[in-house]
Formats: sequence, C-alpha cells, structure tokens
Amino acid sequence: MSERNNHGTIRQINGPIITIHLPGVRNSEQVRIGELRLVGEVIALRGDEAIVQVYESTEGVRPGEPVETLGQPLSVELGPGLLGSIFDGVQRPLEALFARTGDHISRGITLPALNREREWHFLPAPELEVGMRLKPGQRLGSVQETERIEHHILLPPDRSGELLELAPAGEYTLERSIGRLRSADGTIHRLYLYHTWPVRTPRPYRRRDHSDEPLITGQRILDTFFPLVKGGKGAVPGPFGAGKTVVQQQVARWSNADIVIYVGCGERGNELVDVLETFPKLQDPYSGRKLMERTLLVANTSNMPVVAREASIYVGLTMAEYYRDQGYDVVMLADSTSRWAEALREVSGRLGQMPVEDGYPAYLASRLAAMYERAGRVITHNGESGSVTLIGAVSPPGGDFSEPVTAHTKEIIQTFWALSKELADARHYPSVDWVGSFSDHVTTVARWWHQEISPYWKRRREQALTLLARDAELSRIVNLVGPEALSSAQRWELEGAKLIKEGVLQQNALDPVDTFSSPQKQFLLLDMMLTIYDRGAALIHLGVPVQELRDLPVIARARRAKQTYDSSQSAELQAITREISDEFARIRMEYAKFQERAE
Amino acid sequence: MSAKEYRTTTAARGGLLTVSDAPQIAFGDRVLIRDHRGHRRNGQVIRSAADEVLIQVFEGTDDLDLENTWVRFLDQPMEIALSPELLGRIFNGLGEPRDGRPPILSTLHRPISGSAINPAARTYPREFIQTGISTIDGLNSLVRGQKLPIFTASGLPHNRLAAQIVRQAKLVDQESSFSIVFAAMGVSYSDAQFFQEAFSSSGVLGNVVMYLNQADDPPVERLALPRSALTAAEYLAFDLDRHVLVVLTDMTNYAEALREVSTAKGDVPSRKGYPGYLYSDLAEIYERSGRIRDRHGSITMVPVVSMPSDDITHPIPDLTGYITEGQIVLSRELHNQGIYPPVHISPSLSRLMKDGIGKDDTREDHPRVASQLYALYAKAQETRNLASIIGAEELSEQDRRYLEFADQFDRQFVAQEEDEDRSIIETLNLAWELLSMFPNAELTRVSETDLAKYHRSGD
Repeated sequence: MSERNNHGTIRQINGPIITIHLPGVRNSEQVRIGELRLVGEVIALRGDEAIVQVYESTEGVRPGEPVETLGQPLSVELGPGLLGSIFDGVQRPLEALFARTGDHISRGITLPALNREREWHFLPAPELEVGMRLKPGQRLGSVQETERIEHHILLPPDRSGELLELAPAGEYTLERSIGRLRSADGTIHRLYLYHTWPVRTPRPYRRRDHSDEPLITGQRILDTFFPLVKGGKGAVPGPFGAGKTVVQQQVARWSNADIVIYVGCGERGNELVDVLETFPKLQDPYSGRKLMERTLLVANTSNMPVVAREASIYVGLTMAEYYRDQGYDVVMLADSTSRWAEALREVSGRLGQMPVEDGYPAYLASRLAAMYERAGRVITHNGESGSVTLIGAVSPPGGDFSEPVTAHTKEIIQTFWALSKELADARHYPSVDWVGSFSDHVTTVARWWHQEISPYWKRRREQALTLLARDAELSRIVNLVGPEALSSAQRWELEGAKLIKEGVLQQNALDPVDTFSSPQKQFLLLDMMLTIYDRGAALIHLGVPVQELRDLPVIARARRAKQTYDSSQSAELQAITREISDEFARIRMEYAKFQERAE
Repeated sequence: MSAKEYRTTTAARGGLLTVSDAPQIAFGDRVLIRDHRGHRRNGQVIRSAADEVLIQVFEGTDDLDLENTWVRFLDQPMEIALSPELLGRIFNGLGEPRDGRPPILSTLHRPISGSAINPAARTYPREFIQTGISTIDGLNSLVRGQKLPIFTASGLPHNRLAAQIVRQAKLVDQESSFSIVFAAMGVSYSDAQFFQEAFSSSGVLGNVVMYLNQADDPPVERLALPRSALTAAEYLAFDLDRHVLVVLTDMTNYAEALREVSTAKGDVPSRKGYPGYLYSDLAEIYERSGRIRDRHGSITMVPVVSMPSDDITHPIPDLTGYITEGQIVLSRELHNQGIYPPVHISPSLSRLMKDGIGKDDTREDHPRVASQLYALYAKAQETRNLASIIGAEELSEQDRRYLEFADQFDRQFVAQEEDEDRSIIETLNLAWELLSMFPNAELTRVSETDLAKYHRSGD
C-alpha cells in the first residue's frame, strides 16, 4: 500500500453533509469528523474535495477542523454476542452506550459492537487439522451463543490459506486469538472468534438455491392466503394506524425462523422499547426458549440522525447474511423502508442532485432492488442451506400506494401484504386487504401444505377467496338497492363471507389463544367455516330460510372457535366441524319430513 | 468568545442572512444581529463554509439593509436558562420573557436542540391518565409518556378540548400532579387569551410555563419555540421529577414556518412544497416525549394539528400520524350536530392503550368493552349509510337497533359538558348502558364473565 495522507480539513457544513479537503480519500471510506470525531462515510468525490455523510448531529462543527480517514468502508463486527442485543444504525451497542453516557446519546463515542470481556466456550471443528488448506467462509468451530443457537465461527469470506494453528477447546474472549492462517501471498493472519465485514458488500456464498418451504408466521391471513417462503421478499405497506407495527411484531414473535433481526429505521422509540421489554418475557412457540435469545435489534429511531437510517438497513442485512452463512433461516424486518428512502432523498437533495419523483433521486428504484436482492436462500460455503427473508414495511404518504417507494417495491417483491385503512377503522385486524394483497408463492408452498396439512388446502383457499370476491360484488348491490334485492342463495354467500372474515381472517394479536395459529389450526378453521357455507348452501337450495341457519348456536360457537381452542386442540376443532355436519343433516331430515307432510 | 462584529452581509431575504468572510463559524451557533436602528435580533447558523455563513434570523429579515447590519457570532449553541422559576412564566420562542418580568437567572443553560434519547434508556409508557373525557379514556386511552395529537380543522373546538384535558388530566386515585408546558405557535391573540384565562380560572397557572408566539409574531421564531418549550419540559421532568403535560398548538403553523425557511434556503421540495426532512424535523420534536429508566418524571405530549381543508392525508397530519402513538380526530359533522367534544372515534386510535388499561389499571372489562363499542359503531355506520340510500323504513329490526345505538352513542357517550369530568368507571358504566341495548348473542367481543357481571338487559 502506498503512503497516503490520512488527514484533511473541513470546508463546509450543511446539516449532515460535510465537504472536506482530503486528496486521495476513496469513495465509501469511513472518516472521523472534527474535534468530536463524528462517524462519517465518503459518498462522493469532486475535484480535491470529498462529500461526507455524517451519522451524528453536526452541531458545533466548524470549517477548518481536522478530518481523519480510517482506510476502510463502514463495517460491522460479526461474532458471538450479537443475539439479544440492541444496536444503533452504525452498530454501536445501545446498552453499553447507556451505561457509558446516560439517557441521551452523546456524540463521537466509539464502542465496539461486541463485548470484549465476555468469555465463550470455543469448540474447534473436529474435521480441521493443522496444515489443511481452508476455503473462504469455512467453519473453524463453534460456541454456544444462546441455549438455542450454536454460533459457527467462520473464516472471513475473503480469506483462505493454510491453517497454521487452531486453538484447543476452551474459554476465549474475542480478543484472544484462536488460530493462525497463512494466505497464498505468505502473510500470516491471526484468527479470532469474530471478524468484520463491510455492510454495503453482500456476503458471498457458494450458490443460490430455490426456496419452497413456507415461512410460518402463525397469522392466518398471511400463511393461508398470502404466503411467504423462507428466503423470500415481502412488503407490508399501509397508512399510519393500519397496524403495520403489529403485523411486523407478530411476524417477529411467531415466525418459525431461527433468527429474527428487527431493524427499526426511523420509527418510534417506544415501539422498540415495547419489543425490548416484552421479548425477554415471551416464549418462542417452537423451541420454548425466550424469544429474545433469537432476536437482534437495530434501532435508529425517527429522532436519531437521518443518514444513519440509510446505513441501518445494510447493518441489519449484513448481520442477517452472517447467520445465514452459518446455515440458519433468518427473518429480517425493516421498519420502515420509506424512512430509508427518505434518508436517500435528504442526502441527494443536499447534494443538489436532480430529483425525479416526489423529490426522490433517480437511483431510488435500483437501490431498493439491490437491497431486496440480498434476501434469498443459498448454499453456503460450507455446503449448508441458509436463508434471509426480508420483509419491508412501507409507509406511503397519505396511504397512497402509487407513490414512488410503494410502487417500486411492488415490482421487486413477491409477497405484498397491503394494509387497509378502512379495515383498520372498522377494527378488522390484521387489516390485510385481500383484494390488494398478493403472493407469488401459492403454488410453491401448496406442495408443503398438501403434504403436511391437507390435500384440500389449495382448493379451500381458492374457495374462500371466491366467496370474498362475491361478497364485494353483492355488497355493492346491497348498497344500491338494499338487502331485499338479493336471493336467499346470495344472502347466504354474504353470511359465508362474514364467517370467513370473522372466523378466519380477523385475528386478535392481544388474545393469548388467538395470537398464534398453527398451520393445522388455520386449515381446520378455514375448513369449518367453509363446511358451514357448503352445507348451508345445499339446504338453502332446498328452501330452508337463511334466518333459520344464521342463528344456529353451533355457528356462534364456530365463530368463537379461534379464541376458544389453541393450536394443540385439533380434535376439539374437528369435533365442531362434525357437529356442524350433523346439525345440518338433522335440519335436512326435518325439512324433508316437513315437506312430505306438506305434500 | 469572539467579540468581533462582522459587517460583511451579502444577502438578506426570506428570514435568511448571508455573511461572507467569517471563517470557522460552528454549525448551529447562536448569532446576535444589530440592525440599522441598533435593535437586536437573534439568529442561528444553518450552513457554514470557510467563506460564507448562512444565518436564520428568528425575528425575520424585514427592514434589514446590507450596509448597516452587524453580526456577532456568540460561539455557543442556542440555549435557554433553566430553573424552577420557569413555572408561572410566559416566554417567547427564544426563552425571553413576554410577561414583563425579568429574565430567568440561572447557571443552568441547555441547548434547545436537545439530543436523542437512547432507545435503550426508555421505559415503555403504561400508566393510565384519566382525562375525564369518555371518548379518550374509554376508547383511546392516554398513558404517561405518550404523544397523542388532536387532529382538527378550522372552526372546531380543539382549544376547548385541549384546555379541558389540561384541567382534568390526572392519574386514577390521585389529584392532578401534572406540570403544564404550553407551546403556542402562530396562534391568534384571542386563542392565546383563551388559554391564559382557562389556566388562571382553574387555578393551575402557577403550574404552567407558556411559550407564546402569536400570529403576528415573526414566523422563523416558531422554529425555535417547540424546542425551547421541550427543553424546559425535559428539565421539569427529568431534573425535577415532575410529570409534565406538553400542549403544542398548532403544529401546522410550525410546519408552515419550516416550509417558508426551507424554500428561501432553496431546499428541494417534496410534497406540497414542504421539505423532504419534514418527517425528521417533526420527529425531533415529538420524540422528546416519553419515560426514561430510573427517572420519576415523564413527558406526555398533546400536539394540536390542523388538517388543512379537513384533509387527513395532508403532509402535516400524515407525517405526524406516522410518528405519534395514535391520534384523536375531531369531526366537523359531529360538531355541526352540536356534539362536544366532536371526537370521531373510527379514525381515532391510541397505540399505547393496550398496556395501560385492564384489570390492574382501570377495570378488567375495559379492553373488551372498547373493542365491542368499536365493532358495533363500525356496523352502525354501515347501517347509517344504507339507511341514507334505501330509507330507514326499509331496514330490518336488527338494523334499526344499530341506528338507535349510533344515535345514543353520539349523544350520551361522545357528548359531554366542557366541565364534566367523568371517571373511568363512569365511562365504562355508561358504555354498558349502551351495550345493554343488544342481546348477549350479539356482543361477541366481550367475555361471558363480562356479560354476567355488567350486562343489564333481561335476557
């Protein structure tokens, strides 16, 4: 490496954008700004000047103050101790920061993301021997990070060479070396339990793999109607008050992923606190362990510096890819990608770049696409299968889905959970609108549902959607000419749709029983409502009045079944469906007798 | 401290002043400006380069000339003085007295820009505040540390509602212990007068700090005002352990002042000419509310936000709704029917309600009663729409019951007197009176136990 000048001076301060004089500095390089040594990143070069975006407030910074480059791009630390932590948008540990500087975030503080004092019990990989040639990303050993997650220690993906030494099993801090490696050019590298990786460079893998396993979230409208696969990309757009946060938190709580990374990007502080305070108390329904043991939070709340919002998503994604490379299924929730896009807009505006739509820069669409492309299922360097599922919340201004961020996102993702203000106002939660939402994965996951749950899954799902579409059509007629204009069969269709809405689609996140539905329970409830509809339709055809069927006590019980029986009580749910069949058969018999007598 | 004055102003327009050849000036610094009459103005550095500095002048740039304007950089951020003496006083947006009394003397000064609360330092707000207003307490409960705006429009009684909340807010079983920070931006003389009288007639004036910028005061000062007010609120809450209720009115005037300055600065506009950073700027203000671990005090915020042309999707209410923890929406339709407070419950919401109500906080049936009322009201609204098309005579008996419910709900539950302070138990009992119009079978959101205990009809 040639001798390079690492020091320069500040020329101009314009909010979070600072112009510096530092010839030779590279794009994307990290810099420390001013006497306070604020964290920044070079985003553009112009003659002998460089433009820096600063991740902290620049108040009090003056022209003429010194600048120093760190010689590397913005990177994160990857190693044991990430899980259960909360970081800011540039991976500073917020708990440690709180202990150091109190209630408010002070500026210019640098703290390592991972605890340096904590000891981990390292087990070297048994297949490794000194003298072996190691490939990039190869597994060196493991530590038990939480009771549930075995953390694989990986060789950095940009390193390879001959293993000179590997430490025996024992207690190691992150600062103690666990081995040495000689790379092809002869340099000797020490190995540690952690390594760093630049956040804007996707971590490499052996190859992409296709995903066909559904991500189960325990939310009926999501899993049954608009499924997402592990390794898929989804978006949750919705105006404020439509329940975006609750949907995201429910996915974070109940999805059958190994690791959940929740990136609060430009959102409310109190929402993150809610997660921080409740997750340690909640149980993961799959492992029975505490939810916090598989959760990692990145918090850049709306009042924290704007440009760190832009970085926070990449910080989250890099950590997600790191666990993927260990063979885990990771779900990353980005709440909200609109705030991320606004950070792009703010920076581009301050740079005087030409705005295209609503003030957003022309590169919005390509940046969004590149970000979502980091999701996917891969075969890792160690030959394991791992995945990153990326779910982005979108906050369209005024709830208008034609605005640039929503519109571009829609072109990229495969699963779209559109939230509706009308449903939310009527307190129909989750307010996922079955007309505006879509999933490209239905055929893919049908195989899984048919094998694991029921061969009728796809047919039942389609039947329910047809009924809901009919409901919309008929409701329009009712609104024009009143309910009297409908035939009994049509009125029964409305009743059927109502059953689907109340008995299946609406799900109460606050109800301890209803909050999570296993795939089995989801199907049984759907089947129950459709059984009522099918059997009833046959009777109506025979002339039984709608009123008589609608008020049957067993239907009221069916409606409450979702909150009465939990996911383990399949037998009870099936019993209700049988009871429904019996009850309808009885009515049929009675009606036949009555008709006979009438004749 | 630099005593040097610069006379090198090169431009003055739209509240912004440019000074050349003033090197090494810190971004965000406070500036004193002396105009040709010798009058003093205040400013703040909003862009700083080696050869040119851009200053935002809080008193505006009217009547400035470029020859006889002196600028002094104070080498300190915008600050206000803090002491317990704040209570009972009235200031302008920069923290200067407006009540004719001497300025606050204190060694404690803090920058008004504040700094972000570490999310890890927060605790989740969960203590129920009783406002005595049924639509808020019963259906959109406010908790200590929450930010819950009132979305309103011109001609609606938001001021009366805000004043009622200030008068009545207390914790259940406790006398009012709130200190009030009242921040008024661009309000009319009569509105300012209304609040002052409301505070003095209810005897809380000694517990109120007012920051006042009237409609005819310089708009740029509105940018500093909520920050000064919140710096005072933070001091009262986290230094003096008080529970503080902050009323900000009207945030729409604030956002308009921001648009004025950003346009003059040449920022790229996004929606309706507002700058792209309107969201972040509003968040810097709203997110200063909350609770902090190991601190006794709290900041609860009730901003008043006017919806221009009654449009809830206008950028100001829209972005506010994305930051705050819910909203109370006032309706012109209810107001025209003579219903006070005209709270439209359908679009109203409190996100923090779930943890502040129920068995240990209010009453065990509260969450389910709220959900039930919402469900019935939504159904009743549908029925109302239907009735307006096909006529009420055509409705089934069941549907007519919904219509009757909606009317009773508006007249008994929503409507109340301006001095009527209903306890949460009274509110819930009133709710059950309304629910008792329906048979058990139709009340699917309340539990069997609730029905047995509170349902009053014969069946």
